Amino acid sequence: MSVIGKSEIRKDVRLKVTGKAVYIDDLSFPEMLWVKVVRSPLPHGLIKRFNPSSALAVQGIVSVLTYKDIPGTNVVPIVLMDQPLLAEKVVRYIGEPIALIAGEDRQAIEEGAREIDIEFEKLPPILDPLMAMKEDSPKIYGKDNIFSHHRIRRGNIRQGFEECDLVVENRYTTSYQEHAYIETQGVIAVPYEGRMKIYGSLQCPFYVQHAVSSVLGLPYSQIEVIQTTTGGAFGGKEDVPSLVASQAALVAFHTKRPAKLIYTREEDVESMSKRHPAVIDYKSGVTKEGYLKAVQVKYVLNAGAYSTLSPIVLWRGTVHAVGPYKCPNVKVDSYAVATNTVPCGAFRGFGMPQITFAIESQMDELANRLHIDPIEFRLRNILRKGDRTVTGHLIKESMELEKTLKKASQIGWKREREISNGYKKRGMGIACNYYGVGLGAGGRHLAKAGAWVSVLSDGSVNFAVGTTEMGQGMETVLSQILANELGVKYERVSMVPTATTQVPDSGPTVASRATVMSGNALIKAARPIKKSIMEVASKMLKSPISKVKLADGYATSGTKRIGLDEVIDKCFQQRKIMSSQGWYKAPYTSWNKATGQGKPYFVYSTGTNLAEVEVNTLTGEVTVKRIIAVHDVGKVINPQTAAGQVEGGVLQGIGYALFEDMAPAGGKILNTNFSTYILPTAKDAPEIVSNFIEDPYPQGPFGAKGLGEQPIIGVAPAVINAIFDATGVRIRDLPATPEKIIAELNSHHPTFIPLGRR
Amino acid sequence: MIKVKFKVNTEEREIVTEPTKTLLEILRDDLGLRGTKEGCGKGECGACTVIMDGKPVVSCLVLACQLAGCQITTIEGLSRDGKLDPVQEAFIEEGAVQCGFCTPGMILSAKALLMGNQNPTDEEIKEAISGNLCRCTGYIKIIKAIQKAAKAQRAALAPNTSGGTRKNRDQ
Repeated sequence: MSVIGKSEIRKDVRLKVTGKAVYIDDLSFPEMLWVKVVRSPLPHGLIKRFNPSSALAVQGIVSVLTYKDIPGTNVVPIVLMDQPLLAEKVVRYIGEPIALIAGEDRQAIEEGAREIDIEFEKLPPILDPLMAMKEDSPKIYGKDNIFSHHRIRRGNIRQGFEECDLVVENRYTTSYQEHAYIETQGVIAVPYEGRMKIYGSLQCPFYVQHAVSSVLGLPYSQIEVIQTTTGGAFGGKEDVPSLVASQAALVAFHTKRPAKLIYTREEDVESMSKRHPAVIDYKSGVTKEGYLKAVQVKYVLNAGAYSTLSPIVLWRGTVHAVGPYKCPNVKVDSYAVATNTVPCGAFRGFGMPQITFAIESQMDELANRLHIDPIEFRLRNILRKGDRTVTGHLIKESMELEKTLKKASQIGWKREREISNGYKKRGMGIACNYYGVGLGAGGRHLAKAGAWVSVLSDGSVNFAVGTTEMGQGMETVLSQILANELGVKYERVSMVPTATTQVPDSGPTVASRATVMSGNALIKAARPIKKSIMEVASKMLKSPISKVKLADGYATSGTKRIGLDEVIDKCFQQRKIMSSQGWYKAPYTSWNKATGQGKPYFVYSTGTNLAEVEVNTLTGEVTVKRIIAVHDVGKVINPQTAAGQVEGGVLQGIGYALFEDMAPAGGKILNTNFSTYILPTAKDAPEIVSNFIEDPYPQGPFGAKGLGEQPIIGVAPAVINAIFDATGVRIRDLPATPEKIIAELNSHHPTFIPLGRR
Repeated sequence: MIKVKFKVNTEEREIVTEPTKTLLEILRDDLGLRGTKEGCGKGECGACTVIMDGKPVVSCLVLACQLAGCQITTIEGLSRDGKLDPVQEAFIEEGAVQCGFCTPGMILSAKALLMGNQNPTDEEIKEAISGNLCRCTGYIKIIKAIQKAAKAQRAALAPNTSGGTRKNRDQ
């Protein structure tokens, strides 16, 4: 029986339910120092004086380090190389690192930090991205404060709008979203015979390796990065651990002692990356028959003080800026803008939840104004096999959005709404999305993955990959893929902790790429071993190789079968190859920067979310009653972990839609813990119906595409569209807090009645 | 400094400590019980939940001076002789774990609920774990797992079964 499509028990679960899984803060080393980061209290300023002497006088303080102590380059390398590890003369956001304090215990470093004497000269901050884009604004990056600009040009936008019967134009804005991984950032750097070992909670060991190498001025070969059990990431441990690890490594380098750096929650929220706030001007036009004719978008991300991953986040948002629809005339301009605020970066969905909120709100409004059912309206416009995306990419395979839309509709779209009782109004909303799997043309040089497989003489199997487990279930899914490929039992397969020394640089663990990339690399690594096993099994079974099958711990041929342990033992006696490397390169992608045309991704996952809400029109509170989430992922490897990804993404999406709001004042984030930054709790969890469409992607491992990020993307717009359906009020500024809904209800007399109420 | 005596899982402990040291620090640093996790340090996330005299508490808000004579149960004390508690078993079977960082606290909140309520409704479960934040799972599988554990516990406690020893333990 195949182990693909089976809910095998998670590999890591037993350690996690018994409290035995080792996270970074659970580790310690002899002689270990504690590290604290001294940060800027100003959004913009000059460092006039820095005097560590009274801090150094504190008992237990061993070292205070600044940028002057960096032996390599004072840059956290990622895309544009603009972010210093430690500020030199200028600070550009509240929370920017200035110095590192190392001491014998936590008490000492807290006290030492209070004793640091720094004098600043205030500079006027720029906090708003639209202000920063103005010509006469002060410049904090380059000549125009713009880190990155992407565009799409297709057809003739002016003519396109002229041919439309209805044009709708709106501004959409979104708030920050905090990753809120429950384990904060943390790293331990251990100097070891001239090398530096980094243990940490992280997604991308190779990013960390390169950053630490650059900061310490040591070759990559001398930096070893080992991932510890990682307590949630969601993109928040993509590039950021490069910073955290370099800080710890700098201390370890100078003191020659292990250095531990664990961020407090407040420090983490104040200084670490988040989902970018966005300002989106969206204009779309349709014919009266309901066909999308022209779309014009200006998409602005508040990137913060340094560019980090913003150019790539912006690029993904740009590629998908029209949604999974056909449209002949398109003009998209997108900008990642520098401000004196905390740098934003990767967060599940990567520039897409913001733009999808705008896209799907527009689609809903167009459908309503045209008096066309929102599902029917989408069916007229969605991408199918044989269509071209707005970037000109001809979709030849694996595009089953229509099936997700129809399935979601079949499960729960009711034309007749439940009668709303008095002040509590019920409504339903829908949102579609597509998602380019992997890094695409924006990160082509990293679109590769390695794997190592070793079958041992007792028949058990070890494997290593360069991507990481961070809770999403990769270890389990990859174990299933390898078990299926070799025909061994799932229980016999185990992954060794991800480390830079195991396999070559396999790029980051992001973009829903681990299943496809590491899965394919594993299958390739297993090939020579499988060949050994087949040859020996063929002889033992006295059967031609073509008739031998490996499955479920046996080699079989017709009615004859033999245990694989026995075959493997024989392989070892015959000194066959039983350990091997695999390497997988992603299929071709392309992008023309001037026109925004090309094949930006090799395949897309797609999905439809349907939300049912109840709005209390007296208080403005929204209760999500049910989410139906249907995703086309090629092939589900493990139904339980796949549903887990959807359920978690849905709740993050509900938080994004309704509660999660960050209120910076003068560049300072005021809600830095969970009593003021409101996350969804169990009481906010609605009924979630997750469903999968399986149309195997021929180049995916056993037909699989990616899933991880997709579940969050369409949730907020589905909820917002449902609020509109219930009340006639359209919220264009996320999150849709009760205050905003009440204000709209009180001030706004709907000019058109939601379709479901006609 | 004060001297406090209290019981952690099956062992009597006596420590000399600052009276303001938190139970979380005592468990992790002094007693080496690192299954209890710190997520926020302010009693806002629930990751450090342990059971104190039958009730779930966030150990980051319990001070050493409150501990005298108390019985503390941590995640390490939930399984006995390698045999997992029904709540742990159910979390495994239902896939109620992803990154696992909230899991020990979540399991102990669930355990505390089931010690006092053998047949909880979904609403009672949601209430009981509403102080335990989980960012990965969406809570759906956690709620299912707790229902499953409740059912397993009821079956074990039903008459004419060999659940007698477990009954004593759960009380």
